[in-house]
Amino acid sequence: MTQSDVKLDTLGYFCPMPIIMTSKKIKELTTGQVLEVWSDDEGIKKDMPAWCQTTGHEMVGLEEEQSNGKAIYKAFVKKTK
Amino acid sequence: MGQAQIDTATALAELQETKPAKVTIVVLSGDMDRAMASLIIATGAAAMGMPVTMFFTFWGLNVIRKEGAATSAKDWLRRLFGLLNKGGAGTLPLSRFNFGGIGARMMKRVMKKSHMPGVPELLRMAQDLDVRLIACTTTLGLMGISKDTLIDGVDQLAGVSTYLAEAKDGSVNLFI
Repeated sequence: MTQSDVKLDTLGYFCPMPIIMTSKKIKELTTGQVLEVWSDDEGIKKDMPAWCQTTGHEMVGLEEEQSNGKAIYKAFVKKTK
Repeated sequence: MGQAQIDTATALAELQETKPAKVTIVVLSGDMDRAMASLIIATGAAAMGMPVTMFFTFWGLNVIRKEGAATSAKDWLRRLFGLLNKGGAGTLPLSRFNFGGIGARMMKRVMKKSHMPGVPELLRMAQDLDVRLIACTTTLGLMGISKDTLIDGVDQLAGVSTYLAEAKDGSVNLFI
């Protein structure tokens, strides 16, 4: 289990909403804090690392959970600047 | 020779490091699906920290027109055209299966059910994320659309030189 400081629920939202919500939320964090983003959009598995690569924030983990037969993805992003 | 190659690579890396990749999108289409695709790319890129400029021309101008705004054209041809060519982000037709607006309405209902933002919401989001919206002056005139019937927040009215000046520095230049 990766530790996080702030959680962001984007369940039910499709691309590009999770990324846009992440880019807004990360501004509220201080450098070094970890944001935990919940999403049920499978695209997040590729999109969040790509977002991190472009913005320079660090992807520290991605977890996949099953709930009621649906996959939930939890992405952990560390604010670097 | 080898030294020169390394230098170029370093210079390029440094350039990419200091200059964020720019995105320009020409929106020619006034179809709901195409407008959505262009706005999804624009908002996504803006969320990734890339400066984005969208150029609206021809039917694409309908995306940034106020809903139900009357045409202010003087000659009857353009006035007729303005009556037929309705604008407004919420009134765009689908490029396929529109069936006189029924298809677009059904698509909007499905989108609402699945929390998907439509064109008006995406447009607002793009403005929140500082996406620059530019309207093409030539086609505004051609289609009898006056600038006061465009939505608030259209950054400027400009022509092809402005587009090219932006696009030559753009690493992603799209035509939709």
